[in-house]
Amino acid sequence: MSEITSLTLYELIKNIKEKKISSNEAAKSFVDRAEKSKKINAYVTENFENCLKLSKEFDDKPNFDLKLPGIPIAVKDLFCTNEVRTTAGSNILNNFVPTYESTVTQNIWNEGGILLGKLNCDEFAMGSSNETSFFGNVQNPIAEDLVPGGSSGGSSAALAANLTPVTIGTDTGGSIRQPASFTGTVGLKPTYGSCSRYGIVAFASSLDQAGPMSKDVKDSSILLEVISSFDKKDSTSIDFKRNNYSSELTRNIKGLKIGIPKEYRVDGMPDEIEKLWKKGIDYAKDCGAEIIDISLPHTSYALPTYYIVAPAEASSNLARYDGVKYGLRSSGKNLIDMYEKTRSEGFGEEVKRRVMIGTYVLSSGYYDAYYLKAQKVRQLIKQDFDQAYNKVDAILTPSTPSSAFKIGEKSNDPVSMYLNDIFTVPVNLAGLPGISIPAGVDKNNYPLGLQIIGKSFDEQTVLNIAYSMEEKINYKNNITDWWMK
Amino acid sequence: MDEIMSKNNSEYLIERNDNVYEVVIGLEVHAQVTSNSKLFSSSSTKFGAEPNTQVSLVDAAFPGMLPVINEFCVKQAIKTGIGLRAKINNKSVFDRKNYFYADLPQGYQISQYKYPIVGEGNVILDMPEGQKQVGIERLHLEQDAGKSIHDIDPSNTLVDLNRSGVALMEIVSKPDLRSPDEVNAYIKKLRSIMRYLGTCDGNMQEGSLRADVNVSVRIKGSTDLGTRCEIKNVNSIKFMQMAIIYEANRQVDLIEEGQEIDQETRLFDTKKNETRSMRSKEDAHDYRYFPDPDLLPLEVTDEFIDKLKSEIPELPDDKKKRFIDEFKVSLYDATILVSDIDIAKYFEEVVAKMGKNRDMKLAVNWITGELFAVLNEKNIEIAQSPISAKNLAKLINLIKNGTISGKIAKTIFELMLDGDIDPQIIVEEKGLKQESDPKALEALIDKIINDNREKAIEYKQGKEKLFGFFVGQAMKASGGKANPQLINEILKKKL
Repeated sequence: MSEITSLTLYELIKNIKEKKISSNEAAKSFVDRAEKSKKINAYVTENFENCLKLSKEFDDKPNFDLKLPGIPIAVKDLFCTNEVRTTAGSNILNNFVPTYESTVTQNIWNEGGILLGKLNCDEFAMGSSNETSFFGNVQNPIAEDLVPGGSSGGSSAALAANLTPVTIGTDTGGSIRQPASFTGTVGLKPTYGSCSRYGIVAFASSLDQAGPMSKDVKDSSILLEVISSFDKKDSTSIDFKRNNYSSELTRNIKGLKIGIPKEYRVDGMPDEIEKLWKKGIDYAKDCGAEIIDISLPHTSYALPTYYIVAPAEASSNLARYDGVKYGLRSSGKNLIDMYEKTRSEGFGEEVKRRVMIGTYVLSSGYYDAYYLKAQKVRQLIKQDFDQAYNKVDAILTPSTPSSAFKIGEKSNDPVSMYLNDIFTVPVNLAGLPGISIPAGVDKNNYPLGLQIIGKSFDEQTVLNIAYSMEEKINYKNNITDWWMK
Repeated sequence: MDEIMSKNNSEYLIERNDNVYEVVIGLEVHAQVTSNSKLFSSSSTKFGAEPNTQVSLVDAAFPGMLPVINEFCVKQAIKTGIGLRAKINNKSVFDRKNYFYADLPQGYQISQYKYPIVGEGNVILDMPEGQKQVGIERLHLEQDAGKSIHDIDPSNTLVDLNRSGVALMEIVSKPDLRSPDEVNAYIKKLRSIMRYLGTCDGNMQEGSLRADVNVSVRIKGSTDLGTRCEIKNVNSIKFMQMAIIYEANRQVDLIEEGQEIDQETRLFDTKKNETRSMRSKEDAHDYRYFPDPDLLPLEVTDEFIDKLKSEIPELPDDKKKRFIDEFKVSLYDATILVSDIDIAKYFEEVVAKMGKNRDMKLAVNWITGELFAVLNEKNIEIAQSPISAKNLAKLINLIKNGTISGKIAKTIFELMLDGDIDPQIIVEEKGLKQESDPKALEALIDKIINDNREKAIEYKQGKEKLFGFFVGQAMKASGGKANPQLINEILKKKL
C-alpha cells in the first residue's frame, strides 16, 4: 500500500480511473501513513473518518469524469471548510468551525476531491518556517529538526512525506514557493485574481493568493485547472480565459526568452545558490530557451515595501478577531479589557509584531512616509516587470537565498527570517505568477529551488518552462521516513 | 436672559455686551440608502426585524468573508448627487476606517474617505426673506454599524447587527447655514429631494436620517470661521435646533468670558437640553484610513451617469416652477405643494381628475385646508389619506358647478372620510343637492318675509343688519341646501 502514497496525483488519478486502486484504498493508505507520521505534526485537524466514509461513497457511485475522482487531499488550515475546524494556526481561532466553504476548496470537492484534513501553517500565514503556529513546529521530512518553510509548512511537509498526493497553500510573500523549495517539491503562486480569496482567512488582501503544491509540475497544472475560477464573491477575482493547464502542458519551450535579473545577485548570497542558478540557466538553454540579461532596478526595495504593505493590511484584517463574535474570548472587566486580554492571549508574538508594525505605518503622521510611499514603490516594482516583459517571456531566479534551516535557528531574529522572502515578495507585489521547482541540493543534501516568474495570466508558460526544465533537472527527493523509526 | 435679535423671520443672532454674534453651521447628514439589500452583502435591510435576523457572514465579519459592492446602492448615490446638482466622480475609492467597537464586526467601517463618489453641489432653500443657496461639499457611501443595546441586560451590552452593513450616504454641507430655521429648511429640502428620487425614505423615527452638526460662532460681519464643535448623531430636526441654540450660546458665553473654545466632539442630551463633551481633539481616534484592498476602485462611465440622469424625475424646484407657470398657483402654495413628493402627486392627481373646468384655488384650499387638518388630526401622511384624490376632485367639481355649497361640501367631506365614499353618492343619498331653482327659492323667501313682516319693515327703514337674519332663515328653511348666492339676490330684490 505504501506505493499508493508515493504516486503522483496524475498517476493516482490514472489508477483510480482504471479501477486499479479504489478511492477508499487510496484514502486508507494516506490515513495509515499519517497515523505513523504524527511526529511531522503536519495536521492541525484530521478528517480521516469522514474521508474514509466519503471515499467509500465515491467508490459505490464513482464518477470518473471528474478531474479529481475520489482523490483524498489535505489542505492548509487557512481555507475555511464547512463543519471542519479552521484555525489559521492561531489560538484565537482554536475553536472556530465555519459554516461555509472557501471557493478554492469547494472547487476541489466539486471535482471529486475528498478532504483528508487541515494542515499546519504559520499563524495567519505570517512566517517562513511554520514556527509561529499555535499548534507547534512542523518537521521537514528531509531531515530531523529542519523547518519545512512557511507559511505553508504543514502543506509542504505533508507533500514531501507522502501524506497527501497534492495540496493547496496560500502565498502572500512566498508562502507556497519557499516551503516548496525547502522540501524538494513544486509550488505555484498564480496571478493575483486567478484563485478566489473567498473563504480564505485573510492575511494581506492585496497579496494573498492560493495555489497548488505538488510532487511535480504536471500535478500542479492539474490542480490549478481545478482551483482557478472567476468568483463574483471576491471583488478582486479576475474574469480571464483560463487555459486547460494540464492538457496544454508542453515541454516545447524552444525560442522562449527567459530573463535573468542582475539585481537578484544579492550580497552575501551563498555560493551554492549562485551555482544552482547558473545550472538552471544551462538547463533552460538545453530546453531551447534563449537567455537574456535583464534589470529589475527596484528589487532591493521590494522587501521593505512588502513589510509595510502586508502588515498594514494585516493589522486591519485581524481587527475582527476581538472575542465578540466567534473564536477565543478571554474575560475582562469591560469591553476594552476583554479586547486586550483576548488579543494578548489569542495572538502569538509574530502576529502581534506585524499588527503593531501595520498599525504604526497607517497612523496619521506616518501614513505618507510609510504606507503611501510603499504603495508608490510597489508601482515601480510592477513597472520593472512590465518593462522586462517587453523583452522576455519569463524570468528565472533562485527561489530562496538559502536552503532549509534548523528549527529555532532564526526564530529570535525576525529580520533574518524576513530575508528568506527576498526573491519571492517582488512577485506578490507585482501580482505575477511564479513557480518554485526543485533543482538541486546544498552541501547538506537539503533541497534548493529555482523560481520561474511569468507574465500576468500566463501560468501556462510558467508551467511549460518548469515542466521542460524539470525533465532535464530530474530531481528526486531522498526521504528516509526517519520519523517512523 | 439671552437677547435674540430677530430682524427677519429666519435670522438668528446672539447679542452680548454690545457684541452681535452669528452662528455658522455645517451638517453631515447620514441618509440611509433606500435599497432592499446592504451595501456589501445581500442581507435584507427591512426595518423592525427581530435582532440579528438580517445578518450575513459578511455583515458579521466571519473569517475569509469579502465585501461585494451593491450596484443599486451606487446608482442611488449617483442619483442623489444629480439631485444635489453635484459633480459625479468617475472614480471613487472605498477606504477602511479602523476602530474597535462591539457593534463594528470587521473592526473597521468601509467608507469613502479621500475620493467620494459625489463632489460639490448645492441645494436651494426657500426662506421667508427669499431663496438661499447652500453648498454641498461632497456625498460619499459608507456602511452603517450595528447597534449596541445597553438597557436590556443590567450587566451586559447586547449587540444587534441588523443594521451592520446597511448603506448610508453621508452628505456634507459647506458651513453655509446661519440659523436653526435654515437648518430646518435644509434638512426638509434634502429629505424632499431624496424622497422625490426614491433614494432615501427620510424617516427620522427609524433612523434613516441623522446628522452630525458642526457649530461655531463669530462676530457678525466677520469672515473668519471660529473654532467649531461637532455635535454627534442628532436624530430629529427639533433636537438639531435645540442643540444649535444651546451650543451657540455656550460658545458665545466662553468668548465673552475671554476663554478659548476647544475643538471637540460633543453629545446632545435631549433630556437636559444641553451638549456635553464627548472627546477632545487630542483624544480623537486615529482611524488609520487606507484603501480597502478587498475592493477595487469604483469606476463609473459617463454613459452610466447619463443613463441615470435620464431616469431622474421632476424635482421639487422644477415642479414648483411648473405649478406656478402652468396652474397659476401662488409661490406660497406651490412651495407647500412640492415640499413632499406625495403631496405633489396627490395635488397633480386632483388637478387631472378635475378635468377641463378645474378650479385651482379650490383644489389648493381643500388640500392644504380641510385635508391637511384631517391628516394632522389623524397623524398620518398624505399617502394614507382617507380620501382619494379622485373623490376630492369630484367634491371640488360639485362645488364648482353649483351642485353643492361650500358649507354642504364640508358636511359631505366629513362623510367621505368613512371609507373614501364618492361625494356624488352622498349628495344623492342624503338629498344634499343645492336648491338653485329661482322659482322655488322665491316662494320660500316670500313665505319668510310674510312670516316676519315687522322685521322686513325695520330693514326697509334702515336696519341693514337684519339682512343676515333673513339669509339665515332662508338657509334654515331650505335645510342648508339653498344656493346662498341666489338667496342674496332674491332677498335684495324682494326686501
